[in-house]
Amino acid sequence: MLRRFDVHRVTSIAEAVDARQRFGEDAAIYAGGTELLLAMKMGVARWPHLIDVKAIPALGRITATNDALRIGATATHWDIERNALVGGALPALARLEANVANVRVRAAGTLAGNLAFGEPHADPPSMLIALGARVVLEGKSGTRSVAVHEFITGMYQTALAGDEIIVAIDIPLPAKDVRVAYVKFQILERPSVGVAALGTVRDGRFVGAPTVVVGAVDEVARAVPTAQFAGADARDARTLDAIAEAARAAVEPTADLAGSVEFKRHLVGVFTQRVCATLAAQAS
Amino acid sequence: MGSREIHLRVNGGERRVVIEDQTLLIELVRSLGLVGTKLSCDSQVCGACTVLLDGRPVSSCTTLAIEADDKPVVTIEGLADGAKLHPLQEAFIERFAFQCGYCTPGMIVSAKALLDAYPEPDVATVRHWMDGNICRCTGYQTIVEAVLDAAEQMRGAP
Repeated sequence: MLRRFDVHRVTSIAEAVDARQRFGEDAAIYAGGTELLLAMKMGVARWPHLIDVKAIPALGRITATNDALRIGATATHWDIERNALVGGALPALARLEANVANVRVRAAGTLAGNLAFGEPHADPPSMLIALGARVVLEGKSGTRSVAVHEFITGMYQTALAGDEIIVAIDIPLPAKDVRVAYVKFQILERPSVGVAALGTVRDGRFVGAPTVVVGAVDEVARAVPTAQFAGADARDARTLDAIAEAARAAVEPTADLAGSVEFKRHLVGVFTQRVCATLAAQAS
Repeated sequence: MGSREIHLRVNGGERRVVIEDQTLLIELVRSLGLVGTKLSCDSQVCGACTVLLDGRPVSSCTTLAIEADDKPVVTIEGLADGAKLHPLQEAFIERFAFQCGYCTPGMIVSAKALLDAYPEPDVATVRHWMDGNICRCTGYQTIVEAVLDAAEQMRGAP
């Protein structure tokens, strides 16, 4: 049962931006509804107006250039996990998307909506941050693009301005020899911890430093300082132990139903080791 | 605004209904007497309210009914052909894949979407797809077996 509201279906970005201005704080953007309607049913959020952006044709598209993917704002997890461009260019993202929540959430929920909600227990942000992805926003004063790690500013908080909508997510494609991996631990509907890593391993050593981003344990996803591991032996357990230690130190876990601070910090170490071991294994 | 008429296409039948924007799909289908669709967790976790919307499984507890405008909706009542049960329904009975039965309509509708997408699923595919449907009575082994049996049955059917 939901309290009364009006849904306004817009068919262009300009119309959506106008509606955002007109309704201000009284309206939310509505696409998949998998986060929004839940929050409204629980009574933690109430909007008299929802701006339905699903009928804006441009927002549903997934396109690719040689060096980037562009995921339209109304592309669902279901669309992304099955998309041939994504599967071909960035299979690790397709796998991540295929394991978000459950099949019904994936069928309706969008990647942009996932970011827009700023839910800390989410899969995509860590990998998107590791890849250097950006959120493309359009508002009254034009278009801007914000790095995902700057877009999600806190728990359920984002940099989206009052007149803006998300248009797309731009994801730079890593070079051919860069491996991308994501591992998670999950006992409930959302991940307890998810760790994304990017790196090149040649002759058993990291070429440059690996990128490691820890998600879901903290208020926001955290990049792990890894500069010291440039050139380190990726197959040496001591390297993986040291990266895991850096990851444990980089997070400030939030205690919740998924576990205590100590437990989550432990998980961060274990899953950081695993994801880095995956990088090395993929390279061999 | 506030309410609108939609063209509803449920289980092959068509009708026009006037609904308020905030009406949930589960409220609409149950108000039509299609009470096989069950409300349980009310938060997209358990799968008891699963229906197919435009071929995709969705939680009808967290889907606005206006989304069904001019799109096919399939509920558990839409699977049987008159008195002839769907192979999934037969397989669930054969394998004794339920006890209290509350989760069963959602299980079977979700499995229908699975077999539409993957007519020849392996065990891992079935488990992955069905892991968003929760049963608190039986355990899942017989459910997975029933889905695999139905897949085989449907492949063999003329």
